[in-house]
Amino acid sequence: MQTPTDIIPHTGGVIGVAWLMIALPLLGAAVLLIGGRRTDRWGHLLGVAMSLGSFVVAVLALVELLGLGEEQRRRAIELYDFIPGMVKMGLLVDPLSVSFALLITGVGSLIHIYSIGYMAHDPARRRFFAYLNLFVAAMLLLVLADNYVGLFIGWEGVGLASYLLIGFWYFKPSAAVAAKKAFVVNRVGDFGLLVGMFVIWTTFGTLTFKDLDVTGASNGTLTAIGLLLLLGACGKSAQIPLQSWLLDAMEGPTPVSALIHAATMVTAGVYLVVRSGAFFFPVGSGASLAVAIVGAATLLAGAIIGCAKDDIKKGLAGSTMSQIGYMMLGAAFGPVGYAFAIGHLFTHGFFKADLFLGAGSVMHGMNDEVDMRKYGGLFPKMRITAITFIIGYLAIIGFPLLSGYFTKDGIIETAVHSDYPILGWLAVLGAGITGFYMSRMVFMTFFGKPRWAEGAHPHESPKVMTIPLIILSIGSIFLGGYLVVNQTLYHWLSPAVGAAAEAPHFDPFTTPGLVTLAVVAAGVLLAWFMYGRAEVPQTAPAGNALVTFARRDLYGDALNESLFMRPGQWLTRLAVFFDNRGVDGLVNGLAATIGGSSGRLRRLQTGFARTYALSILFGAALLTGALLLVGNL
Amino acid sequence: MGETITFWVLAVVSVGAALGMVFNRKAVYSALMLGTVMICLAVLYAVQEAPFLAAVQIIVYTGAIMMLFLFVLMLVGVDSSDSLVETIRGQRFWAAVAALGFGLLVVLAVGNVVFTAPAGLGEATQAAGGNVPALAALIFTRHVFAFEVTSALLITAALGAMVLAHRERLRPKPTQKDLARARFREGRDPSPLPGPGTYARNNAIDMPARLPDGRLSELSVNRTIARHDVEEGHLPSDPELAEAIRHAAEEEEEAK
Amino acid sequence: MTTEYLVLSGILFVIGALGVLIRRNAIVVFMCVELMLNACNLAFVTFARQWGNLDGQIIAFFVMVVAAAEVVVGLAIIVTIFRTRRSASVDDANLLKY
Repeated sequence: MQTPTDIIPHTGGVIGVAWLMIALPLLGAAVLLIGGRRTDRWGHLLGVAMSLGSFVVAVLALVELLGLGEEQRRRAIELYDFIPGMVKMGLLVDPLSVSFALLITGVGSLIHIYSIGYMAHDPARRRFFAYLNLFVAAMLLLVLADNYVGLFIGWEGVGLASYLLIGFWYFKPSAAVAAKKAFVVNRVGDFGLLVGMFVIWTTFGTLTFKDLDVTGASNGTLTAIGLLLLLGACGKSAQIPLQSWLLDAMEGPTPVSALIHAATMVTAGVYLVVRSGAFFFPVGSGASLAVAIVGAATLLAGAIIGCAKDDIKKGLAGSTMSQIGYMMLGAAFGPVGYAFAIGHLFTHGFFKADLFLGAGSVMHGMNDEVDMRKYGGLFPKMRITAITFIIGYLAIIGFPLLSGYFTKDGIIETAVHSDYPILGWLAVLGAGITGFYMSRMVFMTFFGKPRWAEGAHPHESPKVMTIPLIILSIGSIFLGGYLVVNQTLYHWLSPAVGAAAEAPHFDPFTTPGLVTLAVVAAGVLLAWFMYGRAEVPQTAPAGNALVTFARRDLYGDALNESLFMRPGQWLTRLAVFFDNRGVDGLVNGLAATIGGSSGRLRRLQTGFARTYALSILFGAALLTGALLLVGNL
Repeated sequence: MGETITFWVLAVVSVGAALGMVFNRKAVYSALMLGTVMICLAVLYAVQEAPFLAAVQIIVYTGAIMMLFLFVLMLVGVDSSDSLVETIRGQRFWAAVAALGFGLLVVLAVGNVVFTAPAGLGEATQAAGGNVPALAALIFTRHVFAFEVTSALLITAALGAMVLAHRERLRPKPTQKDLARARFREGRDPSPLPGPGTYARNNAIDMPARLPDGRLSELSVNRTIARHDVEEGHLPSDPELAEAIRHAAEEEEEAK
Repeated sequence: MTTEYLVLSGILFVIGALGVLIRRNAIVVFMCVELMLNACNLAFVTFARQWGNLDGQIIAFFVMVVAAAEVVVGLAIIVTIFRTRRSASVDDANLLKY
């Protein structure tokens, strides 16, 4: 085992101005939001330019980082004293953060470009780009900050952007509700992260990655911090038990689903686990086991949900949950697992963005229809979309030599060879289900007989939308191989996340690998028999209990409702009752008593001077009596 | 011995006068009773080695303040006698209880103390050479500030009384011409009212005057005096005169 | 003798107070107040002699001055009230109430 290398203070160069990465999109968001309607005409171009600018800075930083020795690739730049005596705001530019920055700005820029076409007819396009830029800035702050406070600010920033974008079409009640739901569920996770930070601060006296040293801390504390951080990660990454918001989040515009709810934001949890891995999630610890269990459970749950959805975006959302489950599973197994988890994160970022944007392209051509039962036979109508979608599909199911194959296989292998092989075999099962539901999606959308609604005229999307698709699908083909075959990513990341005693090597012909392929093939075949060859009914048939179970999102919402919402409502009603009767009753009763007695007392104010004089005389008599008594005592 | 007799006589008189003041229906009698009490007190002051205060009591209280009271009584209406029926429920009873209780307590308190023979003021006044110089010395030395403040108080009180009693004139003051014109316009008594018949054939002010043609002038009789005469039965024996006075008294009753 | 003077003073004071409480004619009420002030003066003068101290007489003197000022203003007020309400009864001026 080898720990991450030391963090070296840095000035000058491109890394010295790494803050530009955050500042540019933030500036874009500010200009677009403050400028208002005046920026309507060129707002989207500014948004794209800012995102591309960030991408350029990220690339230059990468180049500069590559020029340094392997031991010196963790550079910290100091910005300002944020909370005097507690936090100095700074950026940490290391292989991990630069990789994320590249993914965020790269995929982000492509999605910006795509959105120009997708949102062309939306009157609020400028606002959309402002939010996208805001999101990019916040997400970059999240991954670049060299301390937990900065990370948390970015974390909340992306939460805000996510809320704004899910509810972008706020006039739709479903969108508004989904935005609220995402926000609330995320608060639960954020609470965990926040308390985790509190414990870190009180235990270690620092929140900066550079100064954090966990040697000597008790196991219990470390596990507690790990579990709290995991709760945060679960919220942001839609892992069980906080998964319920992601499916509803698909109410947002499709580019948002692609950028935030597939490629970048939802991976923030994985980033958090990997970044804190050396501190709080060492291999074999309780916290890392929890991460693994959460990951395995979510990857199966997401896959099962994906099987039951007829809404193409919700199907992809279930798939996203599932794939992040894989990443979480990988992130539980130390440096080797980190490399595969991050690798899968990248490849997933590409192929899932590809799939989502493909889905968006299909919807664009089908009058925003999302029900796959109303698709069918679209291949000849939109060839570029179909081909890129199928490339993404092959990548996600782990078709040999495509991106997903390498990274997913790596995670499964790592898990099978860990102390908990059962989790690895569950991941194999998950891969089979992935094969089934993704194939179902492709068959239902592009093949079979058309089941289009009246008046649908499927057509290919404009170039501004298809070109990003092509770029993303190219990434989906080659990225995995490049990252994994020679363990490029593992070696590149090891300064930042540590290295294992033995470097992994790529071997496609192991038992788990072959079994996985077989299971996936079985899933694809099953889907072919059920949806490729057979007729697909236009309305969903009533399924058995299992299907209902999956359609209802594994009763996640029902569970939340009965476990938290109902008791919460009861508690609220109780509190309201108590407030009305108890607190208000007391206060009102007091006021009524005072009012009533005042009403009676004021009768003393008769207006007759003689009555007052009488009371004065009585008072004088009483005083005299009292004086006499006191004098005689 | 002399002091004791003086005290008891004056005490009985003053308490009686005070009770009379409180329980007399007519305000003027009350004022006179109060004057009696004040004069009694003045004598008691004199007995108690306070000649200056005794003089001031008579000059200021009986002289100035009581006159002021009587003036105001005249303004407000001498004959407006008070009804003694109580209107506030329980006021009399409780007033009696409070007054008796308070009085009892004061008497108790005073009775509780055994006083030695009075020290007398001889020593205190000797240095200055008499009561008045001694008081003057005190007023203009130790109490000079209070004295000056008192002067300010008096000036303020005088000003306040003027401001309060002042009535704003809303119309220009009528001249002789205006008044005469008004008299003629109303069409009655353009000349001043005739005087009473005091020097005509009688020497009393309540006798009506005779007009040049020998008739009696009812206008010449003071209405209040006429009513008084009717009430008291002081009517002259001459039926013509008596009739005129009774007539005037009836008019007065009607005017009320 | 001092005790007797003081008791007389107390009796006069109480009579005055009683008058204030049961009479309704404002002028008579005022007279009763004057009676109470005079009763106090008697006590002051008595104490002055009892203790051989002239301060009691001085205070009595000041009481007289203040009483004079008070009567002036009070009677002016009564006249003003009478002028507007045609009544000198203290019970008629009872608008300031609940």
